Amino acid sequence: MNRKLFQSIREFKKESILAPIFVILEVLMEVLIPLQMAKIIDVGIQNGDLAYIVKMGLILVIMAMLALYFGVKAGKMAAQAGAGYAKNLRHDIFYKVQQFSFKNIDRFSTSSLVTRLTTDITNVQMAYMMSIRLLARAPIMIVLSLVMTMTISMPIALILLVTIPVLGGVLILIAKKAHPHFIQVFDEYDILNNTVQENVNAARVVKAYVREDHEIKKFHGISKIVYELFTKAEKIVAWNSPVMQFTMYGVVLLMVMIGGRSIVLQTMETGELTSVIIYAIQILSSLMMVSFVFVMIMIAEASSDRIKEVLEEEPEMQDVPDAIHEVPNGDIDFDHVSFSYAGEGGNLALKDVDLHIRSGQTIGIIGGTGSAKSTLVQLIPRLYDVTSGCVRVGGIDVRKYGLEALRDQVSMVLQKNVLFSGTIYENIRWGDRDASDEEVRRVCRLAQADGFVQDFPHGYDTMIVQGGNNVSGGQKQRLCIARALLKKPKVLILDDSTSAVDTKTDALIRKAFREEIPDTTKIIIAQRVSSIEDADQIIVLDDGRINGIGTSEELLKTNTIYREVYESQVKGGENNE
Amino acid sequence: MSRAQKPKLDKNALKTGKRLLKYVTQDYKVSFIIVVVCILVSSVASISVSLSLKFLLDDFIIPLIGQQKPNFAELYGALAVLGGIFLAGVIAAFIYTRMMVRIGQGVLKKVRDEMFEHMQTLPIRYFDQHTNGSVMSLYTNDTDTLRQMINQSIPQVLMSLFTIIVTFITMLALSPLLTLLAVLMIFLLIFVTKKIGGNSGKYFVKQQMDLANVTGFIEERMNGQRVVKIFNHERVSEEEFDALNDQLYDSAANANTYANMMGPVIGNLGNLQFVLTAVLGGFLSVFGIGGITLGVMASYLQFTKSFTQPFMQVAQQFNSIIMALAGAGRIFEMIDEEPEVDEGYVTLVNAKKRPDGTIEECPERTGLWAWKHPHQEDGSVTYTELKGDVRFFDMTFGYNEEQMVLHDITLYAKPGQKLAFVGSTGAGKTTITNLINRFYDVQDGKIRYDGININKIKKADLRRSLGIVLQDTHLFTGTIMDNIRYGKIDATEEEIYRAARLAHADQFIRMLPNGYQTMISGDGEELSQGQRQLLSIARAAVADPPVLILDEATSSIDTRTESIVQRGMDNLMKGRTVFVIAHRLSTIRNSDAIMVLEHGRIIERGSHEDLIAQKGTYYQLYTGKLELS
Repeated sequence: MNRKLFQSIREFKKESILAPIFVILEVLMEVLIPLQMAKIIDVGIQNGDLAYIVKMGLILVIMAMLALYFGVKAGKMAAQAGAGYAKNLRHDIFYKVQQFSFKNIDRFSTSSLVTRLTTDITNVQMAYMMSIRLLARAPIMIVLSLVMTMTISMPIALILLVTIPVLGGVLILIAKKAHPHFIQVFDEYDILNNTVQENVNAARVVKAYVREDHEIKKFHGISKIVYELFTKAEKIVAWNSPVMQFTMYGVVLLMVMIGGRSIVLQTMETGELTSVIIYAIQILSSLMMVSFVFVMIMIAEASSDRIKEVLEEEPEMQDVPDAIHEVPNGDIDFDHVSFSYAGEGGNLALKDVDLHIRSGQTIGIIGGTGSAKSTLVQLIPRLYDVTSGCVRVGGIDVRKYGLEALRDQVSMVLQKNVLFSGTIYENIRWGDRDASDEEVRRVCRLAQADGFVQDFPHGYDTMIVQGGNNVSGGQKQRLCIARALLKKPKVLILDDSTSAVDTKTDALIRKAFREEIPDTTKIIIAQRVSSIEDADQIIVLDDGRINGIGTSEELLKTNTIYREVYESQVKGGENNE
Repeated sequence: MSRAQKPKLDKNALKTGKRLLKYVTQDYKVSFIIVVVCILVSSVASISVSLSLKFLLDDFIIPLIGQQKPNFAELYGALAVLGGIFLAGVIAAFIYTRMMVRIGQGVLKKVRDEMFEHMQTLPIRYFDQHTNGSVMSLYTNDTDTLRQMINQSIPQVLMSLFTIIVTFITMLALSPLLTLLAVLMIFLLIFVTKKIGGNSGKYFVKQQMDLANVTGFIEERMNGQRVVKIFNHERVSEEEFDALNDQLYDSAANANTYANMMGPVIGNLGNLQFVLTAVLGGFLSVFGIGGITLGVMASYLQFTKSFTQPFMQVAQQFNSIIMALAGAGRIFEMIDEEPEVDEGYVTLVNAKKRPDGTIEECPERTGLWAWKHPHQEDGSVTYTELKGDVRFFDMTFGYNEEQMVLHDITLYAKPGQKLAFVGSTGAGKTTITNLINRFYDVQDGKIRYDGININKIKKADLRRSLGIVLQDTHLFTGTIMDNIRYGKIDATEEEIYRAARLAHADQFIRMLPNGYQTMISGDGEELSQGQRQLLSIARAAVADPPVLILDEATSSIDTRTESIVQRGMDNLMKGRTVFVIAHRLSTIRNSDAIMVLEHGRIIERGSHEDLIAQKGTYYQLYTGKLELS
């Protein structure tokens, strides 16, 4: 794992350090206990000394209690450290995403962020917990056991000294060899999951086009690759166990051979041989454990790389040092603005847009699919930065404002409306946390939402479900407008936000805007001519350029696009036949 | 979405386990037998380390002590035999680990394939009743736990079981009396395991729940991240997240604490048993009760030490086995889900007209389709020309018994007609189209298609005859070309360009960096909603279907583009039947018949002019006096 990620351990440093310490103490007991047992057998039982057995037994019980205490403590600390580390990682990623600009958000898909926050972090958590438990245990176990072996027999210790690095090297080699295969497996896994997800989401499409067999064939192809890659990777790891056993058995045979000679020559006790063999097995299984953790860390590495990607993503938009926190008024100016989602050199979505709006005006924007209407207005609350030119609100370049101040004053209702799970009160209060009930109701009246909300059995306390699908499209749009109004903004932008609202209500909303918030600049994107007909200025966009500006009357005379749209809606039906 | 189950080894879990084992034994019978034998060999080899030591010492080493010229030949001979056993063990381990990889991955592949194949047969109802997340998690989380269990737990448990049995027999042979103590110990072990396992299980369940909460919250907020930013709601989101995150920490820490406790507790119970055995054995041997000699005691104690080891290993697998069984249970639940029934036997075939006006079947695509209707009574086959005549007879329908969505719907669409449905959300517009293509089934004879009861038409053929463009446009990972081709797998590039031009999509596609070869991923997030709708219209256009259903297919397209698309579609569908659902009345104005739906009933019907003249609901909607909600 890497340093960047370890910064998230923070307050769980204590547990992260204590866990291995307790593990070391536990291991110490585990090494001493066999010695104590050997004494009971070699001295107590052999001599039939019951008192000795009881005495040594009591000591052993105390040692076992200590081992138990240390073991449980170590387990607890490791669990807390692992879970805590995971908690902090989740916290850090979530907070990081909150700092993201729209451009940052575009770069990561929602589902990939969710995966990183869940599956990937769980992988890292498990690897971390295992690491602090087992990686402390193994080296200590090896060293202590080796020391004990040395005190008993130098030649046998020598065998181990040679074996440990060789076996360790081989095990690491195996893990290293398997690693790239595992990476491949996980990449293919993503493809498999993606296919399933698409099929679940688009079940209706698959059925409507009778493409079940096509999809099954596609899936079989992928699942076969996953099978083959996974088998390949695991077959490499499968070398671990036989290699390990081969070494262990070889060492045991050698030990008995050498040890047997020593016993015969009376330079070694029989009990000692037994102990030495136990130590050897302990050492070798520690190595096995290391290789096990090693594999696990390698698997978690892919996950931690994905986490790191988010943590290292530079929030692309930051406040300038002496940011302005006061928006003087609702004037909006576009000075020769060009914009590309890909940044400089990319395909231009907006081309040389020059536009001047006075505070309090109502502006309509109309244009075809893909004409960059949304793109244009997104530059005003600085959701994206211009590629060239300059956008000013209240006469000041938007990049000079503190983001929070700017967005507080520029309120926007997005095309893709989202309500959150919670009551209607809670949802509207997104606009202003401290707003009174009366204030909430007032903005709902402005947005023509009060009527239907009152009709709900629970009124303003009605729960909105996740995704907001228990209110109709038109109701959702009006609630979103109310939410935006609660901010008391100097600029209000509606991005196709009344498409599902009937024309009469739509007109009422606009009337309320005119009467109740005359000083707020209102920018309305709409498909429906009637929604913008009475605006002070109508902007016709085509392919990222301003095609025409003027009142409805002017444009009807001068602008072909506007006239076509107007006619297709107002008297259109007939000439379609 | 609380999918957590109480981790208990109940009857269901056992059944699941058996069924899972069947996957292994079915396809890998021989392999699995070899695996079991190899595990047995391997465990014998591992036990013989401690077992052989006693014999080597007693029979080959100790007798040599004190001899002037000790002859080690016999010892080496014995060691060679032991080496042979060890070698067999290593080879067995080599064989079974490799085979287990193949078996494990093979079973997983089979489970995945079966799940996916079965999922494709499930009715739409299934997808209505299960969240996408829970279906996804069958393929990810639940399959992962299975892998863990098959690859690690099964061999580990088998190995431990063999070791326990062999050790137990040896202990029994050495001293039945002392083994009684061991039996008591086993009960204590089981008791403690259950106790700790139960606690850990409780928290694992809670952890799953908390995890689901955190995931749900994250999903919602990540989807609404743009709104969060616009409202400067980052701080509040963070606070709410922290509260859920803390809960998850709590349950995760507790669950793992108990799981981690298992090892030391069992290990030290083993130590305790050692002491008790030593004291009791020492007592018995000193007083010569039960025929226990010092030698027996010494070797017996050796075994006591290795007795608890396998218990510990089984206990460590406990949680993963229970989680895997719960996962497998959910997987099987899906595989057992009733598939879409299809008792249809009328099929759709290409046809041509004989000079006398009758229809005959032909293999090539002629642009003329016919329903092939075999009659069971006399074995004859009749052909009916596909015209696109759809009729509903007094149909009432509900997604469940209690709540009817449609009432007494009677309607007829004559071939070549454009039929439109208007009405509020939930009025039943989409339901009607769902019934035409049999996403849901209705009573026999209530819907007829070219005079045939649609329940008699094979679903696949019925759907092939209907093109449908849905409001939610779903695209698949692949190029734009691939996505349009989805409508007709063998379409030529020329056909695809033509369809794209017809849907007015050609223009923007050519503007993309790689044109028709541009890759779309993640449901086409890089395209605007309107562009995605144009693509899915092109997809339907390339299929060139006899009957077309447009369900809010142009809702995100501006009216000017829409009228261009509409002209194209009208041309394509000349003489064929089209059903249109739309919110926007300009979309449907030129329909032959418009049905106004309210609460599942048709309240008005007629042409645009008729309805305007009636001055009813439609008129009010059209003049903007009424809102569609």
